[in-house]
Amino acid sequence: MDITEVPVSQDNKGKKKKNKKPKKKSPEGNAESSGVEKEEEKMEKSEPGAAAFPPTFSVSEIKNKQRRHLMFMKFKQEKRKQKMQLKKKKKKEREALGDKAPPKEVPKTIENQRVFDETMVDPEDEEVAFDEATDEFSAYFNGLTNPKVLITTSDRPRGRTVRFCEQLATVIPNAHVYYRRGLALKRVIPQCVARNFTYLMVINEDRKMPNGMVLCHLPDGPTAHFKISSVRLRKEMKRRGKDPTEHSPEVILNNFSTRLGHSIGRLFAALFPQDPQFVGRQVATFHNQRDFIFFRFHRYIFKNEKKVGIQELGPRFTLKLRSLQKGTFDSKFGEYEWVLKRHEMDACRRKFQL
Amino acid sequence: MADRSRLCTVWLGSETGILKGVSVTRKQAFNFCNTSHLSRDQEVRALCWGDPAESEVLVGSVDGTVKTFSTEKGQFTDSRRCGGPADGGFTGLALCGAALVTCGECGTLRVWREDSSEPALELSAGNNVCRMRQSPVHRDRVATGGKDNGLKIWDLQKPDAPLFTAKNLRDDWLDLRRPHWVRDLAFIPDSDKVVTCTGYHQVHVFDPSSPQRRPVLEVEYGEYPLTALSLPAGGSTVVVGNTHGQIALLDLRKGVVRGCLKGLAGGVRGLQCHPTLPVVASCGLDRFLRIHSLEDRTLLHKVYLKSRLNCVLLASRDLEDGRGAAGEGGSQEVKEEEEGGEDEVWDTMERVEEKPKRKTTEEEEEELQKKKKSKKKRKKGQD
Repeated sequence: MDITEVPVSQDNKGKKKKNKKPKKKSPEGNAESSGVEKEEEKMEKSEPGAAAFPPTFSVSEIKNKQRRHLMFMKFKQEKRKQKMQLKKKKKKEREALGDKAPPKEVPKTIENQRVFDETMVDPEDEEVAFDEATDEFSAYFNGLTNPKVLITTSDRPRGRTVRFCEQLATVIPNAHVYYRRGLALKRVIPQCVARNFTYLMVINEDRKMPNGMVLCHLPDGPTAHFKISSVRLRKEMKRRGKDPTEHSPEVILNNFSTRLGHSIGRLFAALFPQDPQFVGRQVATFHNQRDFIFFRFHRYIFKNEKKVGIQELGPRFTLKLRSLQKGTFDSKFGEYEWVLKRHEMDACRRKFQL
Repeated sequence: MADRSRLCTVWLGSETGILKGVSVTRKQAFNFCNTSHLSRDQEVRALCWGDPAESEVLVGSVDGTVKTFSTEKGQFTDSRRCGGPADGGFTGLALCGAALVTCGECGTLRVWREDSSEPALELSAGNNVCRMRQSPVHRDRVATGGKDNGLKIWDLQKPDAPLFTAKNLRDDWLDLRRPHWVRDLAFIPDSDKVVTCTGYHQVHVFDPSSPQRRPVLEVEYGEYPLTALSLPAGGSTVVVGNTHGQIALLDLRKGVVRGCLKGLAGGVRGLQCHPTLPVVASCGLDRFLRIHSLEDRTLLHKVYLKSRLNCVLLASRDLEDGRGAAGEGGSQEVKEEEEGGEDEVWDTMERVEEKPKRKTTEEEEEELQKKKKSKKKRKKGQD
């Protein structure tokens, strides 16, 4: 009996698919009422107002793909219609109330729902201020050293990486690109220190695309290892301006709020000279959102006091921190201050480290 | 101040020179600082109890001073100059009767008497010593180990030659000398044996009573240097931590990894197991103190302390027993004192309270649940 019942109603549905929903309900109700009493009772119990609501046939029970698709589209359209109606109603109510209307609800975003992080830095915290004042970057922030960056790659780089390095060298003032020649980093580092370099940047390459970056602050500073993604070279930028000039850019660091974020922010800040040349009107931005750091390089011009025009120059890329190691590059024996442990740390979507 | 220090059951030394006391029950951390002006010279490298009653903590700094902090009074009472900054930081502090035994990274082991400023005894334990520890059974025996410097057990009564010098491992299959780097060591309580953990991710057990000078047992864990070691009360297991923040429980009878403790994101600098409870405290470069339970390997407590931490010391009394000797009146007194306010630089940041923040997150959760319920109701209405 069950077997005979169901296809009948489905056929009804299929044939009458162009009809509106309320009309469908009555023939279905009839078909079902002629079935087993138990089933009737169950149906009635599950849908007290069966006449008013559409049947709880889930659309997925229809075996025919085309009909199922059509039913689903109808269902979605109905839903959308009801949503629009609700919106209109709300808007009317809001206008009617005028000033007394309740404040607009803020939509939930992952950034809004961020889990409270106890390592967020309080600007007035003296202990943290002392820690930062005496850490490895203090020489730079006290004005004692000027940044000098050595950019190199992993061994035998290919096209895209080479061009990326060259463009990075134009963006960062006082940067020099050197060919790697298969040298061991642990041997390169003492030579860099001897020549007064303050940063060593190694772009790692995989299948002709840059995919990783090791940024090592030189005298004895921390080493950060990043994953690079979405690299866009200058040729690929739309509506870009002319090549960047030799002026030192301003630096914008957005959203580096936790203690780890502070360390990384200082790491980036120390790449650029401390006195930006505003004549050049160039700005490098490191924007942290959801633990991804977005790098952009722009040229700006103030049209009047309220309007700014910006042109994007220079490469753009995204970084994600994989580990921060105390001391210069020593991946085997160095002590790590922070390591990304995917299965532990990425389990919660609302928890961020930087 | 005194009440705060009496509440603390866990003591930690940080890189900024601040001695931190944590009261686990009240989830509060307190900073105790000697001078009003911090400096990196005061970086704490070694901590140990000043007396068996655990009322004093000895704090060893990088510049060679050993300070005594009284937990009863809540302040630094004494400071001694034991060696200079040229010695490197302290790698071990121990108390032998009334004498203080110190060892620096350069390898000189010194015994200081109470009154004199010159060491009563001085011996050289090689170069590059990473750790010095005292045997809990024989109070005048100490063990040292370091980079390319094998385990040596010294008897302070006979300082000429070590009682036991460990031999390096056998040459490997290419007949090359195996590198050797002892990072941390501990004496196994009921016997003569010593457990060491190395920078080449090995854990060795040495038995001085046996004629074999090479390790009796060797266990490997992970791929990164093991930096800290601690023995829980049982006696057949050991807890090790490495530079990646992985902490593991190893079984010493079979040489097998029993389990790992999760949570640390930075290198482990200090590990200590509680003498009686199956609990282990770990601290490291990620600026957190974590207390794990050894039975089910869950995280019991986590406290954020704003500086990188170098060493940890647990009080023998119950961790949860935050009040100590004082009764209920004590807690009231504590509140009054805290509200009173004192002339300290760290007044504003001495308390790291998590309770109010917890409440706000709970409130938010309740609101979220309410919103979800209301949304569900709406959906039903639409259908």
